Amino acid sequence: MDNLLVASNVSKSFGEFTALNDISVSVPRGSVFGLLGPNGAGKTTFIRIINQITMPDSGEVLLDGHPLKPEDIRHIGYLPEERGLYKSMKVGDQALYLAQLKGLSKQEARKRLKHWFERLEIGDWWNKKIQELSKGMAQKIQFVVTVLHEPKLLIFDEPFSGFDPINANLIKDEILRLRDNGATVIFSTHRMESVEEMCDHIALIHQSNKILDGKLVDIKRAHRSNTYEVGLIAENHSEVESRLKERFELFPADFKTINDEFQRNVRISDSETANDLISFLTSKGQLTHFVEVVPSANDIFIQTVKNS
Amino acid sequence: MNHLQLIIKREYLNKVKNKTFIIMTFLSPLIMVGIGTLVGYLSQLNNDKVRTISVLDESGLFSDEFESDDNLIYELMDGAGLEDAKTIVESSGNYGLLYIPKVDSLDQLSERITFYSEDSPSPILLDEIEDAIAAKANFLKLKEAGLDPRQIEKLRIRVNTKLETFGGEKTSKLSIGLKLGFGGLAGYLLFMFIIIYGNMIMRSVIEEKTSRIIEVIISSVKPIKLLLGKIIGTSLAGVTQFLAWVVLIGIFSFVIAAIFGIDNGAMQQQDALEQAQAIAGSEDFVQEFIKEFFHLPLLNLVIMFILFFIGGYLTYASLYAAIGAAVDSETDTQQFMLPILMPLILAVYVGVFTVIDNPHGTVSQVFSFIPLTSPVVMLMRIPFGVPLWQQILSVVILFATFIVTVWFAAKIYRVGILMYGKKASYKELIKWLKY
Repeated sequence: MDNLLVASNVSKSFGEFTALNDISVSVPRGSVFGLLGPNGAGKTTFIRIINQITMPDSGEVLLDGHPLKPEDIRHIGYLPEERGLYKSMKVGDQALYLAQLKGLSKQEARKRLKHWFERLEIGDWWNKKIQELSKGMAQKIQFVVTVLHEPKLLIFDEPFSGFDPINANLIKDEILRLRDNGATVIFSTHRMESVEEMCDHIALIHQSNKILDGKLVDIKRAHRSNTYEVGLIAENHSEVESRLKERFELFPADFKTINDEFQRNVRISDSETANDLISFLTSKGQLTHFVEVVPSANDIFIQTVKNS
Repeated sequence: MNHLQLIIKREYLNKVKNKTFIIMTFLSPLIMVGIGTLVGYLSQLNNDKVRTISVLDESGLFSDEFESDDNLIYELMDGAGLEDAKTIVESSGNYGLLYIPKVDSLDQLSERITFYSEDSPSPILLDEIEDAIAAKANFLKLKEAGLDPRQIEKLRIRVNTKLETFGGEKTSKLSIGLKLGFGGLAGYLLFMFIIIYGNMIMRSVIEEKTSRIIEVIISSVKPIKLLLGKIIGTSLAGVTQFLAWVVLIGIFSFVIAAIFGIDNGAMQQQDALEQAQAIAGSEDFVQEFIKEFFHLPLLNLVIMFILFFIGGYLTYASLYAAIGAAVDSETDTQQFMLPILMPLILAVYVGVFTVIDNPHGTVSQVFSFIPLTSPVVMLMRIPFGVPLWQQILSVVILFATFIVTVWFAAKIYRVGILMYGKKASYKELIKWLKY
């Protein structure tokens, strides 16, 4: 697969403290790449290395096949976790300034800003100062500034913090739209529900080491436990239970249905298939519910971090 | 437009458009001129009360000697005894009573004159009275000795030393004063500039840190560019403000002089003129002044002023920026301010005390090479003629130091601006240098 960004064997330490230990990550072009990890794992350091804010001690980062060079910042849009704007500067002036720093001409920046401000319905903020706006409003401006120069790589560090659900959704849709228009997105977050919703690929960093990466589907597949959630209308629940126990592992289940039925999570052994379980169940009663238990990103995250 | 220009422009406009900055630009000269006028007015007011002094002259020798003026009136008393006179004066509300007893010889007089008053008189008043009596007494003594006082006055020689360097350059006391003035002004200007605008740079760095915009910016530009842009932009704003102050002080002084009359100015001018006459003897003061002014190594002075100003200011400015980067808020800056202010204050003290004493003394010389003190001290020395090699060496040392401090500041800056909530100590800073 075509990778926009390839980091190989990147290490960085601050004095005694190792922030990144031999990290290699490939970000496929056109994907939303989730960079996950507990607090202090080294995510931000890694992102700063991509942005050339921090230089790695060793290792190499390739963008589009070339080692990173100072001009590449024009192709990167970065929304840091610690973000803010000049409080006493007017919204319009500020956005123009930041856009010009990214290499846009003043005219071009003004044109694009007008467009974006109309899109997000914030056109009348142009002459306001940031200190007059609410935090969520300032975040919107910040988002526009990040994407204005149409970078091919977008990096968002906790993009949804500070947004109410409506605006968070708006921003989520904008990010996905940018992806559809060809941008590649690196996305660092603790919020696992947004990982499920948005990410195609993830990498998990824990205590400066990468402990997991790949396509989200593949990872889920690898973490499947051959467990199925079943619902069965049967006359004698305890009989079904004891017969099931002879062949399979049982766990309590809790899902809502309209039937008063026998509910369990059933794990089958590697030698058996889902069909074996289905035929077994149908012989005992009427099967109303059969779903594979797919591990959530959250489960995988917690489990992997605990195991490492 | 490249990044550096953009940053300079933003920093400059941001400072210049700032309300506090605009208010201070107009208010400071107003306050300065206002206070100057007020002090002048008040000291005039202080002396405005007309005081009457009664004089009881039993010797009969001094009755013509006391000349009344606007503020002081002498009243001669006749025929009363001392005790009577005291009662009269006290009840009349007069300021005091000067009692000159009848004596046999003038020598006794010096010990026996008494001044009675409610409270202690000011030394100036006392001097005036004593001078008047002493002059007359001297005159009488000379006469007694058979000498003509007018003859004596004619025989008196006034000394006005002509000064000339070995190189044949003529100087004078006036020119020394002028040189001190110029050197002092240059040094003091730099000192003020560093304190005011160094602080401004520091605050601006802290602002970027606390508003958390810093990471957004440095993902677009290199920290060193931001640092330089900030220093240059703020300095330009500073120069603008300084020029505005000079112009405004001129305008305000003119306006105030026009409104409140030229009382003050005239008095000062008279003073200055008297001094000038004392210094320059019979020669025309203004002419002398202009002559001496062009005698100063002006070109040298201007070029070196610019070089030392830039070098000295930038060196300190980068240190201020480093402090701003190392802390989270202005209240944390204290511990780092002292090492910056120390050499600066030392420079001014060394400049004021040793340079005036001996511009080419060892201490002055040494301090005019030490980079953190050299801008102020050397600027004070240059009007007295410093060998060119010394000036150049000092400038080179200064700019070399500037490069080191900027490197140092950039290191601290690069790490510090991304550090939040960490209380920076000196130990921590040294660690940052190694990142």
